[in-house]
Amino acid sequence: MIGWKQIPPGMVILEPGSALKFKTGSWRAYKPRWIEENCIQCLNCWLYCPDNAVKVQDGKRQDFDFDYCKGCGICALECPGKKGNKAIVMEEEVK
Amino acid sequence: MTKIVAVTGNEAVANAFRQAEPDVCAAYPITPQTELMQRFAAFVSNGQVKTELILVESEHSALSACVGAAAAGGRVATATSSQGLALMWEILFIASGLRLPIIMPVVNRALSAPINIHCDHSDAMGARDSGWIQLWSENAQEAYDNTIQAFRIAEHMDIRLPVMVCYDGFIISHSIERIEYLNDEVVKKFIGEYKPLYPLLDIDHPKSYGPLVLTDLYMEVRKAHSEVYKKVPDVVLSIAKDFEKISGRKYELFESYRLDDAEIGIVILNSAAGTTKDVIDEYRDKGVKVGLLKPRLFRPFPYEQIGNALKHLKAVCVLDRADAFGGSFGPLYLDIATSLCNHSKRPLVINRIYGLGGRDYMPEHAAEVIDELIQIADTGKIKSFKEYIGVRE
Amino acid sequence: MTTPLNLKELSKKELRFTSGHRLCAGCAAPTVVKMVLLAACDYPVIAASATGCLEVSSCISTYTAWKTPWIHNAFENAAATLSGVETMYRALKKQGKIDKDIKFIAISGDGGTYDIGFQSLSGAMERWHNMLYVCYDNEAYMNTGIQRSGATPTFADTTTCPAGAVIPGKPQQRKDLTKIMAAHGIPYVAQASPSHWPDLMKKVRKALEIEGPKFINVFTPCNRGWRTRTDDAILLSRLAVETCFWPLYEVENGVTKVTFKPREKKPVTEFLKAQGRFRHLFEPGKEKLVEQLQQMIDNNWEKLLKEEEMFAPKEKTK
Repeated sequence: MIGWKQIPPGMVILEPGSALKFKTGSWRAYKPRWIEENCIQCLNCWLYCPDNAVKVQDGKRQDFDFDYCKGCGICALECPGKKGNKAIVMEEEVK
Repeated sequence: MTKIVAVTGNEAVANAFRQAEPDVCAAYPITPQTELMQRFAAFVSNGQVKTELILVESEHSALSACVGAAAAGGRVATATSSQGLALMWEILFIASGLRLPIIMPVVNRALSAPINIHCDHSDAMGARDSGWIQLWSENAQEAYDNTIQAFRIAEHMDIRLPVMVCYDGFIISHSIERIEYLNDEVVKKFIGEYKPLYPLLDIDHPKSYGPLVLTDLYMEVRKAHSEVYKKVPDVVLSIAKDFEKISGRKYELFESYRLDDAEIGIVILNSAAGTTKDVIDEYRDKGVKVGLLKPRLFRPFPYEQIGNALKHLKAVCVLDRADAFGGSFGPLYLDIATSLCNHSKRPLVINRIYGLGGRDYMPEHAAEVIDELIQIADTGKIKSFKEYIGVRE
Repeated sequence: MTTPLNLKELSKKELRFTSGHRLCAGCAAPTVVKMVLLAACDYPVIAASATGCLEVSSCISTYTAWKTPWIHNAFENAAATLSGVETMYRALKKQGKIDKDIKFIAISGDGGTYDIGFQSLSGAMERWHNMLYVCYDNEAYMNTGIQRSGATPTFADTTTCPAGAVIPGKPQQRKDLTKIMAAHGIPYVAQASPSHWPDLMKKVRKALEIEGPKFINVFTPCNRGWRTRTDDAILLSRLAVETCFWPLYEVENGVTKVTFKPREKKPVTEFLKAQGRFRHLFEPGKEKLVEQLQQMIDNNWEKLLKEEEMFAPKEKTK
């Protein structure tokens, strides 16, 4: 932790997005698993994830960002899947 | 080139605002500040200033809008009194905690209850520990001069703190006095261009204002903050020196009147100091060695300098135009006592409360006090540490 | 060049609210913020928040999840603070010191908007500042531990109006803040839900194109306060819309338009039964209370449809 001499005036935070240094992935009790063959690339999971833990590249979803995923399960619930098979399932986090 | 005018204190400060030209002003009316903002609003409507005026729906929003505007990155000012200042209380600490230069004349008026619209110092005294720099003004000239200097002090890159300029409600705000206005160009050059520090409007470098800080870091933030105040007296003095060059008027951290060779002394703020000085002259003519100290920079309080200025006296009376609402001494008394308490040789100090709610302070009150100080200096005995003067039994 | 409102294109945009924030797992607030900022992706944005869950969790210690300029002042003054920022922008723009087109968005919870923040919101809207105020409405003071607010629905259980043996949760009706803001006569007011994101984003976009004060109220489930699962925030938002508990509509220059009409209006019990805060309403003897709630919702929905009809083109003259 910083000492008083490193405090910026007014405690204004000068580094935008410094929260990225705080990895919330350690909060998980359940972990999502992406089943690529059932994924229709709708990107609903990317949109609904409260923690931006679905990585997307060039408009296509990649795997989860487990540094930040808190295991809430919204992605799994909202996933439309393919022909009734979800592309995301929640499994217990094994440490 | 100066201009001699006959104006009220509010007019004079409005003119100082006009010359300093804040970018944004957010204000709400309250007696006896109202005339100040009304005059300034007329300047805005006539296009004499480029200020954007926000006519907010309360003083709490006035200061909140000022915080937003100052964080955005520009020159900001507002003004208030009494209940308005009390309503802003929460935001005062935020303004200083965020290190935002905001200039706020406070036209001193008593706090409710009961409601009273006249002069006393309880409003600004109630806010004295909110981290704002406080300059106190005896008359309209000082109010005008202090307001101009306040912009420089607040915006100084080593300081970046909000500043309150206090002057007596009705007595100074509404009375017409002869004062000297400085020339517009001279004031503009003296105050200079506003320089932002961490402007929100600099969108290429996004900043976050106002984080939550917990037990593990709050103390460091406060320590860092408290260190800034140590720099204030020197900055105030150096700006006063610059001001002397353009005005011929000398300002320091406080005014010493016939104090050097005095044996007894009075400490008093604002307009009543003027009355007291006249009475002191009368007593001096009679051979009594009495002097006066009138603080100008009240926060941060220059304990060392004031202690040194008073320590040689035998007896001091601190006259407060405010009293704690219950159970303590007057605010000025507490600071004077603190400035003296560690000196091995120090005067006896008493507290007299005067002028609350606009009660007139007359020369005979000053005389009463001086007579008592003579007694105390002779006998070394204090009959009463704290009394109200000018009150009916 | 306006970014089209489809997820493929939006996913290529920079996220100005990052991961690493401390909001609860499954909280809908960060999703709402993401949607609002994505809708605004073609503009620089300066944001302001009142004290609350979003504020304390997004900016704590030396960490900030904001990649856009942001200010937190106090609990009740997000609108007043942002009006100061917006005024400084106008002042400096007039002086020629700034030339960018910056949008000003306040994002605060129902606590800092309906109740303690109401005065400053009303004042800022009345003064016609050019800003958008988004309320993420989770229907109670969640940050301090689930206390009732003016936005708490009737019969909801909170810690300050718990469902007890004598009083079945909050007795009063909730404040219809959206209607109150519409009564201010401001150019644009709307209700939105994260479950219907194209509607939400279109509303944000529309608002940002309008000059003047705008207000959007967004339904934001809180799984801690509502005693629901961590994964059903979007599901509940959808149910709220489909039961007409939270109608999606807009009032543009005084003209009401319902932007989503459920094909099949579901009974409110569908919405209530999924939430712990309404569990007591399913005890025997409490049927009348549920009826009351259904009646309130139906009345409100009817009224809204009638309002829309008032402004609809008159085709029926025969």
